[in-house]
Amino acid sequence: MSTLSAVPRTTARPGVPAPRPKKRPRVGDWAANTAAVVVVLIAILPVYWMINTSFQRGVDIQSDTPHLLPWNATLNNYRKAFAQGEFLHALRNSLTVTLLTVAAALVLALLAAVALSRFRFRGRTGFVVTVLIVQMVPAEAMVISLFKVLDGWQLVNTALGLTLVYLVFVLPFTIWTLRGFVAGVPVELEEAAMVDGCSRFQAFRRITFPLMAPGLVATGTFAFIQAWNEFTFALVLMNKPENQTLPVWLQTFNEGAKGTDWGGVMAGSTLMAIPVIVFFLLVQSRMTEGLVAGAVKG
Amino acid sequence: MPYALLLPAALVLALVLGYPFARLVVLSMQKFGLKQQFGAPPDWVGAANYTTILQDTQFWHVLYRTVGFCFAAVVLTMVLGMLVALLTRRVGRVLRLALIVSLLLAWAMPPLSATVVWQWLFDTQYGLVNWLLTALGGDFHGHSWLTNPWSFFGVALIIVVWMGIPFVAFTLYAGLTQVPGEVLEAAQLDGANAWQRFRHVIMPFLRPVVLILTALSVLWDFRVFTQIYVLQKAGGISRDTNLLGVYAYRVAFGENKFDLGAAVAVVMVLITLGFTVFYLRQITRQEEL
Repeated sequence: MSTLSAVPRTTARPGVPAPRPKKRPRVGDWAANTAAVVVVLIAILPVYWMINTSFQRGVDIQSDTPHLLPWNATLNNYRKAFAQGEFLHALRNSLTVTLLTVAAALVLALLAAVALSRFRFRGRTGFVVTVLIVQMVPAEAMVISLFKVLDGWQLVNTALGLTLVYLVFVLPFTIWTLRGFVAGVPVELEEAAMVDGCSRFQAFRRITFPLMAPGLVATGTFAFIQAWNEFTFALVLMNKPENQTLPVWLQTFNEGAKGTDWGGVMAGSTLMAIPVIVFFLLVQSRMTEGLVAGAVKG
Repeated sequence: MPYALLLPAALVLALVLGYPFARLVVLSMQKFGLKQQFGAPPDWVGAANYTTILQDTQFWHVLYRTVGFCFAAVVLTMVLGMLVALLTRRVGRVLRLALIVSLLLAWAMPPLSATVVWQWLFDTQYGLVNWLLTALGGDFHGHSWLTNPWSFFGVALIIVVWMGIPFVAFTLYAGLTQVPGEVLEAAQLDGANAWQRFRHVIMPFLRPVVLILTALSVLWDFRVFTQIYVLQKAGGISRDTNLLGVYAYRVAFGENKFDLGAAVAVVMVLITLGFTVFYLRQITRQEEL
């Protein structure tokens, strides 16, 4: 064993070759590092360029040589973005629809997830398969008839109408993920609480619910991002300027023969991206882990 | 008890998805033009709308284009995503962190913001890309990318692939961490080169993840809407750049032919469902429902 103990990070088991010795610098390393730098640059370029442009003055944006840094930084574009059309309306509409979607999705999905992971019943597999199929239906194909149906219900140009649409399109995924989180809490814990005198509901509320809180946060964030970013349905269903959401509002910069106000668009895009990026950074690892766990194990 | 818990979700799905879907199918078998918009009852025409679109060469062009675009986007996303995942595993700690953070930022960009920024990068007059290519010796001064279908789809492809790579790369990277190091070491000691190790050790482990990622990418890239719609608006050409989703939208809302638009949409759903069966088979093979 003395030879093994000399190896750093003794993940190797006895009888298995030790991890490879410290590498000499090779051509391969140089190539890999260069490739990595190129990937980083390409991945980050649009994000950087959006922020960079959003702080530039009009003359610097419209110059033959692009300004790689916002030397003459200005907040004018942000001021313009706030004043452009209906920004505050759009912001309020986006927030309303998004928060309604998140709340409704979490409640409905939690109920369904409990049913699916805590009970065996007739039609269970059928429901799961339906949910998976529904998740795959291209939303874009449903635009036409959803417009007609919601029009008949007088829900076009209302927050409720758009919320209902977003709800059905995030519901399959939220049910699917929450189901995993509920199943992750051993049912024995609830049973123990029930032996100690809790009702079934109390046992769930006091034991399982707190343990799956991270799952609710991750799932809620997913619903938030979907609803916040959605463009197609917002474009069709909220066709009055005062009902626009942020993605549709952003399009108003593009219209008109005068061409695009790039400074304003970039400021608007940045404002729209900030909440998504913040929420995203909070939960992404959990979402990838979930997918890999589902695909590799089992 | 379980039925009561399922009821609200099932009800919403049935009402806001099931019912409109049934309406979509019915609409696709009716005559629904301008007259019906103003209240005339629609006539039942059976499969006539389907024969109309299936005999329309325009529809077939759109379909081939959609399949081609989807294929190119999926292949590029998967190959580049795999390379980035392997790269992330290969490089040192600082570069790995830089890779992860920059990919996260790209992944988190709202699709519309991303599309608008790429559009600005490819701008005819003041775009960074034209400036760079000119600086590198080409003559791209005032070159317009969005008025030619080929370069239009080139730009669209870059946006879709750029947005798609992070998810694929992260998932594959997470999958790679599950490949046992000992097996790789053993393969290397036995003289397997990098490609052989990838082919015979890493790939068998990643196969289920790769299959699911490919299926998901196909489903996502088949339905691209936002990127195409926004770029069309900027470039001013739509006839030769429509993909299925945008085409159905334009037929229905642009030409006021809701019946034909509905038929296109139904065809789109059917193709997707065909593919979904494959995806579900992959999932059910690995996981208990």
